[in-house]
Amino acid sequence: MSKSKVKVEKLENDSTSSQVLREILTGSPVRTILSIFVGFAVGAIFMVVFNPEVLKSFGYFFSRPGDTFGAMGKTIGDGYGALFRGAIFNTQADTFEIAIRPITETLRFAAPLILAGLGVGLGFRVGLFNIGAVGQMAFSLIGVTYVATQIQLPFVIHTIVAVIVAVIFAAAYGAIVGFLKARTGAHEVIVTIMLNYVALNLFSFFLRTPGLLLEKDGGGTPKADPALETAVLPNLFTDQYRLNWGLIIAIGATFFYWWLMERSTIGYRFRMVGFNANAARAAGIRVERTFVWAMAASAAFAGLAGANQGLTAVGGVTPSIHANIGFDAITVALLGGSRAGGIFAAGLLFGAFKAGGPAMQVVGVAPEILHVVQALIVMFIAAPPLIRALFRLPQPPKRKPISEWIAARLGKGSASTEQKASN
Amino acid sequence: MSRIEVTPGMFSQAEQKKSLKAPIVMAIVTIFSFVFFAILGPTTEVTFQITETDAFVTLPDLALPSNALGYSTAAIMVLITIASLWFGVTKKRVPQMFAVVYGLVAIVALLGWLAAGADVPVGFLLGNTLVLALPIILGGMGGIMSERVGVVNIAIEGQLLTGAFLAAVIGSITGSLWAGVIAAMIGAALLSTILASLSIKYLVDQIIIGVLLNVLVIGVTNFLYSQVITQNNAGLNFPGTFNRIEIPILSQLPIIGDAFFNQGAIVYLTFLIVPALWFVLFRTKLGLRARAVGEHPLAADTVGINVGRTRFWWVTIGGAVAGLGGAAITVGNVGAFGREMTGGLGFIALAVVILGRWQPLYVSISALLFGFAIIMRIWSNQINPVIPVDFITMVPYLVTLIAVAGFAGRVRGPAATGKPYEKN
Repeated sequence: MSKSKVKVEKLENDSTSSQVLREILTGSPVRTILSIFVGFAVGAIFMVVFNPEVLKSFGYFFSRPGDTFGAMGKTIGDGYGALFRGAIFNTQADTFEIAIRPITETLRFAAPLILAGLGVGLGFRVGLFNIGAVGQMAFSLIGVTYVATQIQLPFVIHTIVAVIVAVIFAAAYGAIVGFLKARTGAHEVIVTIMLNYVALNLFSFFLRTPGLLLEKDGGGTPKADPALETAVLPNLFTDQYRLNWGLIIAIGATFFYWWLMERSTIGYRFRMVGFNANAARAAGIRVERTFVWAMAASAAFAGLAGANQGLTAVGGVTPSIHANIGFDAITVALLGGSRAGGIFAAGLLFGAFKAGGPAMQVVGVAPEILHVVQALIVMFIAAPPLIRALFRLPQPPKRKPISEWIAARLGKGSASTEQKASN
Repeated sequence: MSRIEVTPGMFSQAEQKKSLKAPIVMAIVTIFSFVFFAILGPTTEVTFQITETDAFVTLPDLALPSNALGYSTAAIMVLITIASLWFGVTKKRVPQMFAVVYGLVAIVALLGWLAAGADVPVGFLLGNTLVLALPIILGGMGGIMSERVGVVNIAIEGQLLTGAFLAAVIGSITGSLWAGVIAAMIGAALLSTILASLSIKYLVDQIIIGVLLNVLVIGVTNFLYSQVITQNNAGLNFPGTFNRIEIPILSQLPIIGDAFFNQGAIVYLTFLIVPALWFVLFRTKLGLRARAVGEHPLAADTVGINVGRTRFWWVTIGGAVAGLGGAAITVGNVGAFGREMTGGLGFIALAVVILGRWQPLYVSISALLFGFAIIMRIWSNQINPVIPVDFITMVPYLVTLIAVAGFAGRVRGPAATGKPYEKN
């Protein structure tokens, strides 16, 4: 055991941490559902404790305890009821068309979350922690906004060109991270955080500077012209719903991600590096090069999210257009276990949170509570022991480290394999 | 029990190979500085206001043409570059002090170019740099404390935000700023115990848990801000700030006196914490043990150091220090809490830890660089609106990138950082 540990220390892919990561990735549906349940439950506690009416009724709790529980129930019911009405189906609407509007809003908000989530998830599968989706989106937005506002192209082609430019911009920006990691060993977390700020400032510089992206008759605020009509992502249905082709892109990207990671040779290489970089190297995979490609691919998905934001912005792109989607994408990827279907579902859940927020505001519950719920859900997902302890689930059988598996398979030859890997 | 492999020579070889990178970077910056600040520099006069009006020792203001300053700073930069080159050629390590002095000279050159035809209020810039850098310095100290024992702390942002929130709210409710500060430290320390226990006992990925703690704290503080504080802003979010305390003789020093020794209490606490942390880390048994745990937990465990417990306490107390940094934002500077008011300072602290190579003093200097960039963004916009402030904001991040990528000498952190330790 410790022998393998010393060996693995060469690459930052410790057997224990990769095992923990693997456990997150292969999380059981039961644990996911329990995590979501606990997240909502703790959110409910927050709502109740900080509700003025509940606090008031606490004053006479012992004379009329029913009031307190009534107020508690009402707060929770109001809050999550509003979330449901705002995100899925508006039971108070007059017509069916208006009643189903919330679910289309959920889908609209989910699209960029899914896209960026796929990017972060791809990184996880390769053992890379891509915190840089924010910056990659911002960088892609420079390109996509330029194409969408300054270049004249026919319908459809304009949109396609803008999306492709977004992907190329983001992928190039992501490749820098992979390159620096491969060549200098710089940790991708630090590099991506720094590049986030560089890209955000660059983006704001472009939006602020006349002649670059600043709107033609622009005032003091950094803001671009609205995207040309030929470039915007068209709405899917009538203009009553703001749901647009971003959703189709997200669905397509999800299928592509599934094919890439589960069926393609490149994806196999990606996963092998993520599983055990030393073993991958021993098997002849050029790990450094894989890092560069993986970061570029990961960022490319973030670029699609950037395109979605840039081509659907009402009234022109502003510096806050990235809407922290790049950070939310981390939680999406973790909740989705970095699998295509899981990320899609997680994106829908957190998209619903975004869509339902304003409705909660109306009933007097600060929608920020949903961020707490979001963080808690993913925290329980990411810390399997917590949820196991809470519900007394059985401990999963401990996986054998890969080196033991190799030793068992190769018998006497194992020593030489390890020797090779450690050099 | 196990075979401990030491890889001798690996470190020193890498050192020798990469030793030319620092002079190369310096040469590039020097040429850039020479061309833009000296040759193309404006000939108008720039005045450095060195002395505060009521100072004991009065120095005359320094006024000289902007391009003359450009030439003289470039000359000093050339000298330092040549010296570094000599160190590189003879395969010696370039002293860290060289980089610091070089950076200072480059900043003076930049200032002289920016403020051509105007005044440079040196005292004002220094004082604000220090106040703005304070949360970064303290967050960085928290970062050092956890990374030195082998726990990556991405949650500094969350700790700062917790500290800022609790200092403002508890300070307002109790009416005592010190109660607010203590609450901030305890709150941030409790947050750290989550990071510590999950990563040490349950071996959860430290980076993931750090990111999630940040999301959690942003959510909780935003929720409480909207739901509770906005209903009663005067009673819950109006703590006031620490009064300035003038240190008798030191505050009369030229240039730095007023900026460094006429400040609030948290500034002086920081002046104590930074050297104290250095002393504990590098001059006491306690620090030696902590560093051993961060460099080689197996070896530390073998000689009887409790790895888990050491990590837990260092991470927790580091959280308290970061919480003090959060308090420095609200009760030390702004005077009230605002939504997500840390705005990425915690991530900057993370960068600063690396830039300062996990050394308290150098981390503080790096933090001052970032604080300076923040005040420059504000000041340069007033003095010379043509300058794109976004690029000034970007500089420290680029410097960090260059440092992380190993161009300015090899940056090497505690060996076991980020790796959970499992006892066999």
